[in-house]
Amino acid sequence: MSRVHLRNVWKEYGDHVVLERLSLRVEPGEFCTLVGASGCGKTTFLRLLLGEEEPTRGEIRLDGELLAAEPGPDRGIVFQRYSVFPHLTVLGNVMLGLELRAAPLSGRLFLGARRQAREQAREMLAAVGLEQAKDKYPAQLSGGMQQRLALAQSLVLHPRILLLDEPFGALDPGIRADMHRLVLDLWAQHGLTVFMITHDLKEGFYLGTRLLVFDKVRHDPQAPHAYGATITYDLPVGATDRQLYEAIREDVRRSEADAA
Amino acid sequence: MKRLINVRPSRAAGLALGALPFVLLLAAYLVASGVRLAENPNDKLLPSFGSFGEAVHRMAIEPDKRSGEVLLWADTAASLRRLALGVGISAILGLAFGIALGAIPLVRAGLAPFVEGLSLIPPMAVLPVLFVVFGLDELSKVVLIVFGIAPFVVRDLQQRTQELPRELIVKAQTLGASTWQVILRVVLPQILPRLIDAVRLSLGAAWLFLIAAEAIAATEGLGYRIFLVRRYLAMDVILPYVFWITLLAYLTDLGLRLLTRTAFPWYRPSGAQGAA
Repeated sequence: MSRVHLRNVWKEYGDHVVLERLSLRVEPGEFCTLVGASGCGKTTFLRLLLGEEEPTRGEIRLDGELLAAEPGPDRGIVFQRYSVFPHLTVLGNVMLGLELRAAPLSGRLFLGARRQAREQAREMLAAVGLEQAKDKYPAQLSGGMQQRLALAQSLVLHPRILLLDEPFGALDPGIRADMHRLVLDLWAQHGLTVFMITHDLKEGFYLGTRLLVFDKVRHDPQAPHAYGATITYDLPVGATDRQLYEAIREDVRRSEADAA
Repeated sequence: MKRLINVRPSRAAGLALGALPFVLLLAAYLVASGVRLAENPNDKLLPSFGSFGEAVHRMAIEPDKRSGEVLLWADTAASLRRLALGVGISAILGLAFGIALGAIPLVRAGLAPFVEGLSLIPPMAVLPVLFVVFGLDELSKVVLIVFGIAPFVVRDLQQRTQELPRELIVKAQTLGASTWQVILRVVLPQILPRLIDAVRLSLGAAWLFLIAAEAIAATEGLGYRIFLVRRYLAMDVILPYVFWITLLAYLTDLGLRLLTRTAFPWYRPSGAQGAA
């Protein structure tokens, strides 16, 4: 059974077709990177997986079951910004999911249960290299550290899929390379299934196991919103050559120009 | 020569500049009062500082001959009790309804137009209604304050709740949070410091409604006293009372600011700068 299975998924807002004829199977442990021009529907695709949006046609299944139409603990997310809670310390941020799961009414743990959750959170923080900062507030952390925290916060609950919405888009190139290494480590260690949006085609090509390119295949100059985007390339990473990379880059650039 | 917009005063110069208007006002008062008193030693409009001292002694230290109470303290206690009750109830209402309206679309659809309508009623216009319904004693004064500021606090906190980044609410749900848990662990703690901001902003209005209600019907209270002695043109009492009310308002604001800083170290209101 596939981890994620989309069957002929469409997303329309009135006459505006954003995504069309989207079919996809993703197996457990795959690391999919999503690239495409801005406005080509990759974010909408991620929001569909997240449950923030519902498909207007077709169906999405997670481990064979229809996807709930709202966000849930089986799908973790890291956004580009605002992924961590400013009013909780680093440790508090990672403990939050554990506390919510165990205490439906108070949302808090006490005594032994709290110590146990703290220990678990501390291990997770060590895995992302944030153990030293555990008592700080997010505002005291750098952008890269905040994203590490956001990853730890999601992963401590072992979600079935991890969604990353341009998680490193706002980071410096050097920090970005560190984060790539971290994400690959975590992916390997936890056997994660990952969907990551990126603006950086190179990131898409070299990070992960599978590249999904979003683009429109049909155009109507009189009605630019009449047709939606779909997956135009679905490639195993590693099997791609230089020529294909250039071709995709050209495609994306052309779509950007069309959109502008 | 630097442009005016680039000239910044040193710390000392800044303090001196800040004190200047106060000193000027004081000097202007002393001169005007001196001129009037030289013409007519019984002038009541701009009393000398000596008569302020006597009045303060009479009001704040000697017990009143009739009631046996020290009037300033009795007035202060009565007024602050009404103010605290009115503002406290407004804060609780604001927190409960503001969060419910901001976080739950169904509640917003049902209640937002009603709250907006309520907030447009001029509170002073319904004061007679409050007197009729709640009687002339404490309750109607507290209700006036609540009526005057609670709609503002509710709407402000609704706005603040809706302004919380959507990402945070979604993230909480991916951590398994139910509606209740989102409100309890994500929305409420982030709205609390903003509640203090809203209360600080509404305190001026709260004093206004308090003094208005006391002026019309009361037997004690700071506003009541001012309007009582106005009949005798007793500026020597009125001006110290005004100064005292101003000082109380300032201290309340300062206290709330300090509370925000110590209780919510993570919170930096928009526009504030500097590292943590």
